[in-house]
Amino acid sequence: MIIAERKPFDEIKTMLKDYKKVLTVGCGTCVAVCLAGGEKEVAILNAELNMARKIDGNPIELGATTLERQCDMEFLDELENVVDEYDALLSMACGAGVQFLAERYPNKPVFPAVNTTCIGANKGVGWYEEKCRSCGNCVLGYTGGICPVTMCAKGLYNGPCGGTDRGKCEISQDQPCAWFLIHERLAAQGRLDLIMEFQPITAWQNQKPRTLVQPGYEKKKEAG
Amino acid sequence: MKSGSNLEKVLEAGHFAFTGELGPPRGTGAKEVKEKAQYLKGNVDAVNITDNQTAVVRMSSWAACLLLIQEGLEPNFQMVCRDRNRLAMQADILGGYTHGIRNMLCLSGDHCMFGDHPDAMGVFDIDSMQLINMVKNMRDDGKFQSGTDIEDPPKIFIGAAANPFAEPYEWRVHRLAKKINAGVDFIQTQCIYNMDRFRKWVQQANDMGLTEKVYILAGVTPMKNVGMARYMQKKVPGIEVPEELIDRLKGVEKKKVADEGIKIACEQIEEFKELKGVHGVHLMAIEWEHKVPEIAELAKVLPRPKV
Repeated sequence: MIIAERKPFDEIKTMLKDYKKVLTVGCGTCVAVCLAGGEKEVAILNAELNMARKIDGNPIELGATTLERQCDMEFLDELENVVDEYDALLSMACGAGVQFLAERYPNKPVFPAVNTTCIGANKGVGWYEEKCRSCGNCVLGYTGGICPVTMCAKGLYNGPCGGTDRGKCEISQDQPCAWFLIHERLAAQGRLDLIMEFQPITAWQNQKPRTLVQPGYEKKKEAG
Repeated sequence: MKSGSNLEKVLEAGHFAFTGELGPPRGTGAKEVKEKAQYLKGNVDAVNITDNQTAVVRMSSWAACLLLIQEGLEPNFQMVCRDRNRLAMQADILGGYTHGIRNMLCLSGDHCMFGDHPDAMGVFDIDSMQLINMVKNMRDDGKFQSGTDIEDPPKIFIGAAANPFAEPYEWRVHRLAKKINAGVDFIQTQCIYNMDRFRKWVQQANDMGLTEKVYILAGVTPMKNVGMARYMQKKVPGIEVPEELIDRLKGVEKKKVADEGIKIACEQIEEFKELKGVHGVHLMAIEWEHKVPEIAELAKVLPRPKV
């Protein structure tokens, strides 16, 4: 899922300082699961903003709603009748949701309340780890299911750098060396031959905005 | 001859090569580079010019290489994958070659977080293995990485680093084999202090026939003092400093520790001369360039061969 964390409160407060009536829009999918921008977080942020603006002598009127997904126009349509009542929208969705909300309501200023961190997985409650950089050219098949693009601090394709240090990465003793882990896993599986081969230079896929139409949906896209 | 560089000629003729190293200044002072170069001139076959080493901004490596050429020395142009994408790398190779650069060392580069711009984006468009292969294709096939033709391709003698000391040890020699397959001509190893481990690595490389396909230059850095030895042991990834070496440095009078460090380095060099599979030494006398003439003398590697 997409992992996000709430922006520092003061940054959010500064973005909204000139607005008197703001609708805070949560997202019920990834950011709700990772405790950054779901219904509960919308309520907490609004309470904090309310109090801070009262203290500043600049009261704000805040609305709250949480959509199923902000990365889907169908759910954004639900706001159609209420958006006009507000000066601005504060989205607690990931970067994709914020942009889709802004695209759906182009006349309203839209502000992000979270920083989108990564594509990650649950390590434990409230604890997430980045797992994928969406490079568009998955190599996990020959790296034992460990992503060197994400887990190696240099994103190396052909094995570790000279900084690999007793299983740790040169950047920190808390960071495992991705290639050490890859070696360990493939060795245990008897598949080390996979990383003896030279991997040629990558054709980067993530250097421009990407679109994808799944097979069978081409016509629907053309019809708009 | 692949490049016709002095280093290539020395190795090709079967001489025991001896290379040095020089770090460009953190400014525009050509004088500093030229002064350091004088200590190396005539004492080494080629001089590695580091490329923003430890991720700290310095005069660009190719520019300092040109200063060396002007002083009559042969540079070994170090290039890291951290600071340039494939366009900039190929452009610098063309430009450097045009001005007389004939050797290159292809490296990953230390992570930006170690340097003076820790928040910089590390490029790593390609990795060091791929860089080796790209330079080889530029030289042998006359092709850019894109596959298009190069007018007057650059003829570079291609080097890379190897670390015999990082775990898992059994993988180390396979890393060397992979670099050979990618197209490397010579290797300069990480600083060697654990001679047992190094002997085992070279033995494995010999057994696999690798040392007949690539020249190995053993990395030597003399210890200046006990603090440096302890620092290398504890803080520098991929370097193994045995406790016995530190004990030996501790065993001499304080003002004689540096001499002892040089003595140890010279003993290592003597052994490397006799070790099958080792074709030379790469001396990394970090900020100790003025000691190179003395070390070269004591290590009995002078005069350098004229080829």
